[in-house]
Amino acid sequence: MLDTSTPAVTAGVAALDETVLGETAVDVLAERVTINPRAHGELLTPHLTEAASTAGVALTDLDAVVCGIGPGPFTGLRAGMVTAASLAHALDIPAYPVCSLDAIAADAGTGTPLLVATDARRREVYWARYAADGTREAGPAVDPPADIDVGDARVVGRAGSMVSASAREPSYPTAHGLVRAAADVVIAREEPAPLTPLYLRRPDAAEPGERKRVTEVG
Amino acid sequence: MSQIIMGIETSCDETGVGLVRLSADSGEPRVELLADEVASSVELHARYGGVVPEVASRAHLEAMAPTARRALATAGLSLSDVDAIAVTAGPGLAGSLLVGVAAAKAYAAALDVPLYGVNHLAGHVAVDTLEDGPLPKPCLALLVSGGHTQLLRVDDVATKITELGSTVDDAAGEAYDKVARIVGLPYPGGPPIDKAAREGDPAAIAFPRGMTGPRDAPFDFSFSGLKTSVARWIEAAERQGEPIPVNDVCASFQEAVADVLTMKAVAAAQEYGIGTMVISGGVAANSRLSALARERCEAAGIELRVPRPRLCTDNGAMIAALGAHVVAADLPTSPLDFSANPALPVSTVTVR
Ligand SMILES: [Zn+2]
Repeated sequence: MLDTSTPAVTAGVAALDETVLGETAVDVLAERVTINPRAHGELLTPHLTEAASTAGVALTDLDAVVCGIGPGPFTGLRAGMVTAASLAHALDIPAYPVCSLDAIAADAGTGTPLLVATDARRREVYWARYAADGTREAGPAVDPPADIDVGDARVVGRAGSMVSASAREPSYPTAHGLVRAAADVVIAREEPAPLTPLYLRRPDAAEPGERKRVTEVG
Repeated sequence: MSQIIMGIETSCDETGVGLVRLSADSGEPRVELLADEVASSVELHARYGGVVPEVASRAHLEAMAPTARRALATAGLSLSDVDAIAVTAGPGLAGSLLVGVAAAKAYAAALDVPLYGVNHLAGHVAVDTLEDGPLPKPCLALLVSGGHTQLLRVDDVATKITELGSTVDDAAGEAYDKVARIVGLPYPGGPPIDKAAREGDPAAIAFPRGMTGPRDAPFDFSFSGLKTSVARWIEAAERQGEPIPVNDVCASFQEAVADVLTMKAVAAAQEYGIGTMVISGGVAANSRLSALARERCEAAGIELRVPRPRLCTDNGAMIAALGAHVVAADLPTSPLDFSANPALPVSTVTVR
């Protein structure tokens, strides 16, 4: 599994076991994480090969790729997504998309309403809200923290402190959270949804206006 | 013995995947083109009048795996046939480069084959060997496109390239885009200006030849003054209420560009005693540039090589071709954690 939606460059290898007591068992065999918002393109594949070798697994033994699809800062996010798409092509295996906020929610556990917030820069956050049973009921969206109604939700995620003073861990999507969030569709060998990034923002680009004059009009 | 090299190119707005076969039994390596697939996002940039980096990067992500699949299908190969992967490490747009580099790392790791991060500009030179065979050593390369304007001395395309000169401001292709906008022609400006110029008089307006004074660097270029001079000329004509002779403006502008490029390239070849010139890059397809280069090279006794237009523009085949020469030269692979470098100097052909 891979995620590059936050400053964490995350790669890991996990084993899934058929349903145990109504839930697919997730066993993370190895995980490599570096917190560096500018190293996604450098470190992601090395992290994956290291995790695989620690787990004693060849990449050709993998049955599926699980990839966080954001929302997250675009450049880093794309490094993870193109890595997942290329691995899926090269290994001829499916690549399953997971909303990266769902992965954080999966690690945060259920029992109370939950709000996950990560840094969207420009003083905004990417966020999603989950019911006590873990179902996402709002988001993912990008907004200024002041516009988000926290209500009685427990707040987690790296940018949780921008939304609530009582925000807590987990901060980033982990190997466990990502695979947990995708476990049921992966184990059922469902047809994966398209690997489309959750950008949530349009590219900054302005159409040119009238041509500027280079000479003074006298 | 032969090897299959896959090349990945994402430095600007074209997602390119190329496949070549390298045969290196004895003497000069032979490189044969098997597939050259390109997905371009150029239409997405047209209304902005130039490449928008974020739009290009998004398009690269979408196009990467489908383009690779198309290239393999065209060549009748599967990924398990690929023996090495080369990818553009720079120069180019940071976000665009990153998509290709991340993809190449994943392919190389999954297929367990060597990975080479290579220089885009060297790829523009190496691509000529797909069409015209081994390059004489040394040769001179003139690279002209929307992103680059460079004069290179190429002693060995895989190991030793020296920049003799480059543009101090706009790239030649950029000047075409800006002048097209001034005279009301669409983006990208190269083809419509070339077309209009054929109907015009290249001697109608005496536009300046930048950086050709006695104290100017002999092999550097400048096109910003030319662009401004075109704008001034048009504005003056508009103030007089005269109709704009677009064809004459295009022909005279194009003449100024082709004149400076070929004059400096031939002078460099003569200065360094080099007998072969390669012209590559998107602007190499320009009809006046290639005609004038042919004329002047012939007069100077220089052999001129210009790859077909499809190979001159950015593509994966040029990176695969360069990768093949790097493999043939037995150079070390790039580490799996290498960085894309938007400002990679041309002297660095492979990234270590
Ligand atoms: Zn180029």
